[in-house]
Amino acid sequence: MNNIPLAEEHRMLQIQILRHNPSALLCDSDKGSHLQTFEVEEALGMTLFIALNEIREEQDPSLQFDFVCRAGICGSCGMIINGRPGLACRTLTKDLPDVIVLAPLPGFELIGDLSVNTGKWMRGMSEHLETWVHNQELEEINIDVIEERMEPRLAEQIYELERCIECGCCIAACGTTQMREEFVGAAGLNQIARFRLDPRDKRSDADYYELIGNDAGVFGCMTLLGCEDMCPKNLPLATQIAFLRRRMAMTTG
Amino acid sequence: MQIIYTDVLVIGGGLAGQRAAIGAKRRGHDTIVLSLVPAKRSHSAAAQGGMQASLANCLGGAGDNEDIHFQDTVRGSDWGADQEVVRMFTHAAPKAIRELAAWGVPWSRVERGDHEITVDGEKQTISENEAAHGLITGRNFGGTQKWRACYVSDGTGHAMLYTMSNRAIAEGIPVHERMEAVALIHDEGRCSGAIVRNLMTGEILAYVAKATCIATGGFGRIYRASTNAIINEGMGAAIALETGRATLSNMEAVQFHPTGIFPSGILVTEGCRGDGGLLLDANGHRFMPDYEPKKKELASRDVVSRRMEQHIAAGQGVKSRFGEHLWLDIRLLGREHIDRNLREVKEICQYFLGIDPAKELIPVRPAQHYSMGGVRTNPNGESQGLRGLFAVGEAACWDIHGFNRLGGNSVAETVVAGMIVGESIADFCDSADGSINVSTALVEKFARKQTQQLANFTLASGTENAFDLTRQMQETMTSKVGIFRHGDQLQEAVNTLQNLLLRSRNINLRSATRGPNPELVAAYRLPRMLKLAQCVALGALQRTESRGAHYRDDYPQRNDLEWMQRTLAVWSEAKDELPTLSYEPLSIMRMELPPGWRGYGAKDYIEHPESALRRQEIDRIIATMPDADRHAHQAALMPFLDKLPPHLRPLNQRLSKF
Ligand SMILES: Cc1cc2nc3c(=O)[nH]c(=O)nc-3n(C[C@H](O)[C@H](O)[C@H](O)COP(=O)(O)OP(=O)(O)OC[C@H]3O[C@@H](n4cnc5c(N)ncnc54)[C@H](O)[C@@H]3O)c2cc1C
Ligand code: SF4
Ligand code: SF4
Ligand code: FES
Repeated sequence: MNNIPLAEEHRMLQIQILRHNPSALLCDSDKGSHLQTFEVEEALGMTLFIALNEIREEQDPSLQFDFVCRAGICGSCGMIINGRPGLACRTLTKDLPDVIVLAPLPGFELIGDLSVNTGKWMRGMSEHLETWVHNQELEEINIDVIEERMEPRLAEQIYELERCIECGCCIAACGTTQMREEFVGAAGLNQIARFRLDPRDKRSDADYYELIGNDAGVFGCMTLLGCEDMCPKNLPLATQIAFLRRRMAMTTG
Repeated sequence: MQIIYTDVLVIGGGLAGQRAAIGAKRRGHDTIVLSLVPAKRSHSAAAQGGMQASLANCLGGAGDNEDIHFQDTVRGSDWGADQEVVRMFTHAAPKAIRELAAWGVPWSRVERGDHEITVDGEKQTISENEAAHGLITGRNFGGTQKWRACYVSDGTGHAMLYTMSNRAIAEGIPVHERMEAVALIHDEGRCSGAIVRNLMTGEILAYVAKATCIATGGFGRIYRASTNAIINEGMGAAIALETGRATLSNMEAVQFHPTGIFPSGILVTEGCRGDGGLLLDANGHRFMPDYEPKKKELASRDVVSRRMEQHIAAGQGVKSRFGEHLWLDIRLLGREHIDRNLREVKEICQYFLGIDPAKELIPVRPAQHYSMGGVRTNPNGESQGLRGLFAVGEAACWDIHGFNRLGGNSVAETVVAGMIVGESIADFCDSADGSINVSTALVEKFARKQTQQLANFTLASGTENAFDLTRQMQETMTSKVGIFRHGDQLQEAVNTLQNLLLRSRNINLRSATRGPNPELVAAYRLPRMLKLAQCVALGALQRTESRGAHYRDDYPQRNDLEWMQRTLAVWSEAKDELPTLSYEPLSIMRMELPPGWRGYGAKDYIEHPESALRRQEIDRIIATMPDADRHAHQAALMPFLDKLPPHLRPLNQRLSKF
């Protein structure tokens, strides 16, 4: 928050940002992409959200980045922070060195500076993998009567996988997505695992095989596990992918 | 300029907007949703605590039904709510939650057998019934008589929004992301779409629609300390206000949440206290029982927030270099409970405070949280001033919350109102009123005005800085139009805001970049935010009583005699410096629950003579129906079912009986 007063003695941070404004190229002066350094005095409890807003308000009003919840919940603010993908809003500057290098997440359409179109990518993934409950009877559900039962443990397990915030960190960290544009990524495979677990979704393994039983799906994954290390929600991506791969291999055989 | 034609334009991709869109689309109307951000990143995702619906499955919810939910909501509102609408809402809430359950929300479920819970700082064991095993469970929340807040671990809003968004994708509803509605197109009291700015390219385009629905969420960011997402700037309500036709209502009714973490304002859920967490002062003393012996930490939000500020003012706050705060203690709940049910809270503590809440105390202080006011609508969601305009969710004042909303009633409102308003939008489109005949000249006139305004910012040789003025507005609102309000300070706030509005016409942009220019965005949103802020401040100044979250220390009593009124605001002319306020009376003689004591908070209020009359009348009516059941009683007092779409009228089944 910008209401945190600056402390008396604090580090001077060098924040280097990879700048690029694709839409400005059309009209304004073309600066191409370049690394720009800003100096910011650190404050107690400062996060990258606070630091970036301070830069925008006091030094460069054209700087682009995305924050919505500023609380690590909405998945808007994924970026490369000193070489690692992460959520900027919940990264405290005290955990970083004096020089901080920020770059947009690779693998997504660049909107400008640190802002990338993860939303478009994720929607495409959802449309492709049909990430919703498939059930013929959904049209005629009776909402006046007591709901279907579900084992409490199962509901929790589904929620465990539902916790993905579509931040794109796993995609940015993944060698396969960088090579293969149509790869659904760990986020996509996790969605399949989530609906597979859900008894309300009536799709069979054969249906899932149609969606991910190829190199754009589970067989494209090289199990290098960059994704799981980078997931800010600590989703069990490796276990889920390994499990899906076994199931899908059995579905063919 | 590109003009996009559609039957229904929904401005806002949160829970409310998407549910309304699904309803309209299912009735065969082409529907487009606009959103500032990808729909799944809307602020609805942040709701951690729960959704109220009287399912009565778990032990703490046993015996719950629509009647009790109705009473809690009306009392919570401090009798500011529209009771018919509250009835519609409490009746449809169980249906909304069951629909979401079928669509895929992994609601937390009742588990049979013994459970350890924490009540009043003490461990107790309760045993859930076999018969309820596997049904949707609920938790305790402030201001409710039953455990009614259904939840998904502590990611309720996230799970609801993802399921809703995925459902909308399944229904083939396009969401145009990073698009901002900047004006409503209207003529002769009829709205016919919106002028929209593409936030990625800066391009201006027009959407022409038979029905337009505002679902843009709250306006918390007019305050400095707020739990809201930074995109919650109230632009939907503001562009409705700028039509000069649509009314906003009860804008002074702003809720403060007791537990914003200090100083950032990030929320930790009410579930912390519902599950047994305590509030402590600088001496580690649990102070809430001193003020509220009955409900303690679980009195309604307005009461708890005020008691906290009162306690800080009495010198009991914890001093820190950012100011004073109190402590929230959830250590007593134990690590396992925190890990399982309050994980989001644990993460917030870890990442933003660097502490472990199972071992350490959490610094908290009340922060702005919810906007009860908004675009005034009829029970079917249509604006009272502008035909063809609908509003739903936090952006609307449908009016189930009156002057204070209960925790868990807001996400419930989004989906329930979404179900109802989606149908009425479809009805409207199907009716003769639905057809439009909009000239491109009209559309272009509205578009030109926006283009001109934007160009003025980049050309003007002003001297003001948009970010500075925004900060001054936020500071003024937090310090002068906050939890404790006083006539003098409110007058100062009105003056300051008036002055800021004038200065906002003289903004200088340092960066003339076209396309997505964040400074330009701040510049054009500021005057709109100031208009909303002025509706809040002036409404608060003129309301010389205390009701719900609106607390005047110079008028500490609720005054039913003079203030059984809903505030309406319009901004008649663009050149006006202040909104025009008027008042809509609430009729006590038609209420099912006439005004009385809420059961917590201050007991003294100025009674309206009609309250006693209506109570007598109610007793008389009930006495004439000795054999009737609760539904018949209710229908005799205040019929409402005919206001609901037919498919939402049937009774709700429960374990005990229908
Ligand atoms: C931290 C927090 C926790 C909460 N917890 C709970 C809880 O536990 N239980 C509960 O009941 N309630 C809770 N609430 C309240 C509840 O979450 C919100 O009131 C509710 O989700 C609002 O939903 P909505 O659909 O009306 O708006 P939002 O979800 O805010 O969506 C608004 C949408 O409008 C779009 N938009 C805005 N302006 C424009 C524009 N000009 N043009 C185009 N699009 C626009 C945005 O992009 C967004 O898609 C909480 C609120 C907060 C702040
Ligand atoms: S394990 Fe698979 S999905 Fe994860 S980073 Fe490696 S290749 Fe990508
Ligand atoms: S799986 Fe994890 S890293 Fe990937 S998008 Fe979801 S939350 Fe982000
Ligand atoms: S801004 Fe929402 S996760 Fe960072």
